[in-house]
Amino acid sequence: MSGPATSQDTDTRMTGWRIPGLVLMQLLPRTWRKSRREGMIENRPVLTFVSHVVLAVGIAIVALPVYITFVASTLAVDEVLQAPMPLIPGTHLVENYGKVLGQGVSSNVTSAPVGRMMLNSLITALVIAFGKIAISLLSAFAIVYFRFPLRGLAFWMIFVTLMLPVEVRILPTYKVVSDLGMLDTYAGLTLPLIASATATFLFRQFFLTIPDELAEAARIDGAGPMRFFFDVVVPLSRPNIAALFVILFIYGWNQYLWPLLVTTDESMYTTVIGIKRMIAGGDAATEWNLVMATAMLAMLPPALVVLLMQKWFVKGLVDSEK
Amino acid sequence: MEKRARFRSRWLPYALIAPQLAITIVFFFLPASQALYQSLLVQDAFGTNTQFVWFENFQALFHDEDYLRSFRVTAVFSVLVAGIGLSVSLVLAVFADRVLRGAAVYKTLLIWPYAVAPAVAAILWLFLFNPTLGVVAHWLKGLGIPWDPLLDGRDALIMVVIAAVWKQVSYNFLFFLAGLQSIPKSLIEAAAIDGAGPVRRFATIVFPLLSPTTFFLLVVNIVYAFFDTFAIIDAATSGGPAQATQILVYKVYADGFKGLDLGGSAAQSVVLMAIVVLLTFVQFRYVERKVQY
Repeated sequence: MSGPATSQDTDTRMTGWRIPGLVLMQLLPRTWRKSRREGMIENRPVLTFVSHVVLAVGIAIVALPVYITFVASTLAVDEVLQAPMPLIPGTHLVENYGKVLGQGVSSNVTSAPVGRMMLNSLITALVIAFGKIAISLLSAFAIVYFRFPLRGLAFWMIFVTLMLPVEVRILPTYKVVSDLGMLDTYAGLTLPLIASATATFLFRQFFLTIPDELAEAARIDGAGPMRFFFDVVVPLSRPNIAALFVILFIYGWNQYLWPLLVTTDESMYTTVIGIKRMIAGGDAATEWNLVMATAMLAMLPPALVVLLMQKWFVKGLVDSEK
Repeated sequence: MEKRARFRSRWLPYALIAPQLAITIVFFFLPASQALYQSLLVQDAFGTNTQFVWFENFQALFHDEDYLRSFRVTAVFSVLVAGIGLSVSLVLAVFADRVLRGAAVYKTLLIWPYAVAPAVAAILWLFLFNPTLGVVAHWLKGLGIPWDPLLDGRDALIMVVIAAVWKQVSYNFLFFLAGLQSIPKSLIEAAAIDGAGPVRRFATIVFPLLSPTTFFLLVVNIVYAFFDTFAIIDAATSGGPAQATQILVYKVYADGFKGLDLGGSAAQSVVLMAIVVLLTFVQFRYVERKVQY
């Protein structure tokens, strides 16, 4: 941060392009401001045209895999297998998605219905997101608003977890979860991922900016700490909670390594794992049209969360890297 | 920074912090210390015979040609992912920063790949690059370029790099754009009045002022390439063909879960932990305060 003025300025700009409906309103003064600014430099129509072309090409390349995936998900299996496959959507959209959601892909490995997997993903993502937010709110509150013996140690113990992603300690963590009998359970899928310092750190930083007068006033009014927590701290944290929720929901939904290890029962697969299992049989045995329909379904919920909560998404990204 | 106003209670703070500490201890300190301890042991696959060997696992590791090769693969992979990812996103961000009309639309259309799971990204690209039915593979064949990521190590590496970059572009783009927008326009105007063209302005003003953001993103991208790309590797290539895409974090998994070499896998975990600690240190020490959002 280079200073309050700049940070606020950046903040307005970063959040200026959030919800489609608000964009227009926001754009009016901004366009005016920008064009005046731009006019002071120079007007280069060629360069502006090149900018649009570069951005359009960039977007096209970024969108290509998803477009092809979508087309493949609307074709019959023999249409996908002919090389090259058609590049315009086919007529099997409803059939493919209905089959995948209701019955699953059964050609090589018996697979649970994707509807079930999406439910598993949803539960996992929500438990991880809300779980992390809840325990982080509580522990950050304890660290900021109380002074107690071993506070420093507790603080340190939480923050050192920043340094060790689950990937580097998978084997022993797996053993712990299996010893606790939590394989193939929602607890096993979510609990080990709930411990993380990022959210606690974020809430701690935010709590430190809450004016001391609020806590003093609450104390004078005879409100206990928990009353203060629920009536003042949590409502004030709402923007941070929303921002974190977006990031954590995506994080939870997209988990791969951990669910891969702890789920062996098909009915506990998450969508992401389900897709991986579907292609395990090799090219000949893979019904790519159905796999691609599943891939579309796996992308849809987190993509919707990002697009609909764009403002919070950007805030969350920036905050969680501070 | 400390609060002046505090609450007093003997037990409440412990109750508040207990859930997080319990989870941290059970799923974090216990496994991490076990990994440390395990890395000093040699154990057979059934766990019946265990021997304490001090640092033999580490010595063996750094004499193991496969491990050194995995180090090289990881180095090439992360340099490519960070280098290509940062360049592409910087170009897009610079042009998006210029555009007056439709900027919001461009941004929206560029940020959503962040939401795609790495494993799904891998499968999307695997499908496009599939030598028999992939669309892009077909185009490459039309151009006379031989292509088979399932058999050729170099092709496989290119494929996972593309998938990893594709997934990370939106993140880099957002931070670059924020960085660009925080550069005071008066500086650019002054340079324009002095007669500097857009390229010159970018090279002498914009890029240097963007360097904190670039350095921050460099660290984030290296961490991403080292650890978060596990799903991409596993779903697209499983480290193959012939270990050509076996990055370090994948080898921990392959040796531990498939090879059942517990000591070796734990020693590799410890090496990785050391790398993360180093990267985190670099990030906090040199990046943190200088980044302008």
